[in-house]
Amino acid sequence: MTEIPEHLLKRAQAAREKAAAEAGASSDGEASGDSRIPAHLLERSKAAKAGGSVAVAEKPSGAVVAAPAEGNVPMAAGPGGHTQRLLTVVKSGSIQDVKSEPVDKVHTWPHLLAVEFVAALACTAFLFVFSWVVNAPLLQAANFNQTPNPSKAPWYFLGLQELLTMFHPMIAGVTLPTVGLVALMFAPYLDKTASNHPEDRKFMTSMFTIFLMFWAVLVIIGSFFRGPGFNFTFPWRDGIFFEL
Amino acid sequence: MASTIEEKPRLTLKERAAKLGETLQGSQAWNSIFRPGSIFRKGYTDSPRNRSYVIMNSVLYHLHPVKVKRHAVKVSYTLCLGGLSFFLFILLTVTGIFLMFFYRPTAANAWQDIQSLQTSVTFGLMVRNMHRWGAHLMVLSVFLHMARVFYHGAYKAPREFNWVVGVILLTLTLLLSFTGYLLPWDQLALWAVAVGTNMMGYSPVIGSQVRFVLLGGVEIGAETLLRWYVLHVLLFPFVTVIFLAIHFWRVRKDGGISGPL
Repeated sequence: MTEIPEHLLKRAQAAREKAAAEAGASSDGEASGDSRIPAHLLERSKAAKAGGSVAVAEKPSGAVVAAPAEGNVPMAAGPGGHTQRLLTVVKSGSIQDVKSEPVDKVHTWPHLLAVEFVAALACTAFLFVFSWVVNAPLLQAANFNQTPNPSKAPWYFLGLQELLTMFHPMIAGVTLPTVGLVALMFAPYLDKTASNHPEDRKFMTSMFTIFLMFWAVLVIIGSFFRGPGFNFTFPWRDGIFFEL
Repeated sequence: MASTIEEKPRLTLKERAAKLGETLQGSQAWNSIFRPGSIFRKGYTDSPRNRSYVIMNSVLYHLHPVKVKRHAVKVSYTLCLGGLSFFLFILLTVTGIFLMFFYRPTAANAWQDIQSLQTSVTFGLMVRNMHRWGAHLMVLSVFLHMARVFYHGAYKAPREFNWVVGVILLTLTLLLSFTGYLLPWDQLALWAVAVGTNMMGYSPVIGSQVRFVLLGGVEIGAETLLRWYVLHVLLFPFVTVIFLAIHFWRVRKDGGISGPL
């Protein structure tokens, strides 16, 4: 059997004594009434119980509390005999800071999930039908000795290829796309207007539209208006030199 | 006579199915699969509480809150572009896995494999078409998703970083599409990629090294095919999934179609 160290025993003894002392004190308190209620209130309630002759001195502004002191009728007394007072009525708006307005919301299931399911289904159906009708291209096997004319990059890079006709490859192929991507990434940090209304963000909207149109026009020119030798052609005159 | 002897009444098929269902739903296996509160444990009757439980007690809670703003779920408002991009990514993964069964990334076999996939594999042509058009569609939908987010100013605080993740995902989408472009190993693939990779060589300082690593040589060749195959089916999808996870997590934390949370 392990021996309990002496200091622990002492501490336990001290704790027990303290608890006993407190219990004695609280039972004393019980005898004279609940110690949490201030003495002057207790006196007042005793007086009310005794005869009601001492009416409550500070009457709360009448309308709220019914039954004003009327002869010997005691003031509204609670279960413990304590006098209840209504101090004031404060409208919630004046002291509470209501931060969020209630928002009109619906359950994700079924409202959003149903939409998503239908969208996925429609997308699959579209892809299925399109794949049924249009075959993916498969040209002759790769041949290093035979360069097709024109040779074009995939459509989303045709804007870059178009730039190649105007600038040095390092500008067109590396610098411009890098600058474009970095600018795109920094857009939210540069756009300082807090508002989301289109009329408040005309600058950003027009910048982005210019950015999109720039690439869209280059891609369209690269796709449909470039023929053999990557020279300018009209698709309605020379045909389309474009494979997806 | 046998018919007059009343033994235990024989259970109808429906009753037996119900009994089996009860046993199954009480089993440890069932309860280990579906968490407490799952509608598959306690059954579903339409009530606001159960509608919440459908989301709250399933994996969907990773993607969606229990409630969303009423105006946000209208198709004319959401356009579903982000969701469709993700759905196309899944569709491309599924069709891509199918294609992998029939494809060898070597210069000698690649083109022939695609050819026989189209001619002698059931649904081979169909699945290849879906993979190809799905890829183009995904580039388009990611692009439109980005445009829509920009025009709505949805990238503003606290969602700036998620926009950055989105731009990375756009880049990854283009890289995935571009690496896949080479794999059929036909004239279109070879020369489109030759044009594209020539540009890479002009990057300052590291251009020629990067180009050498990506091509597996100074010129595009058989090594390139293997490298781009691995990039296309493993590396880029892996990286994309990680960024998708971050993207979706930030949508849940910072707000998505419902505006800032």
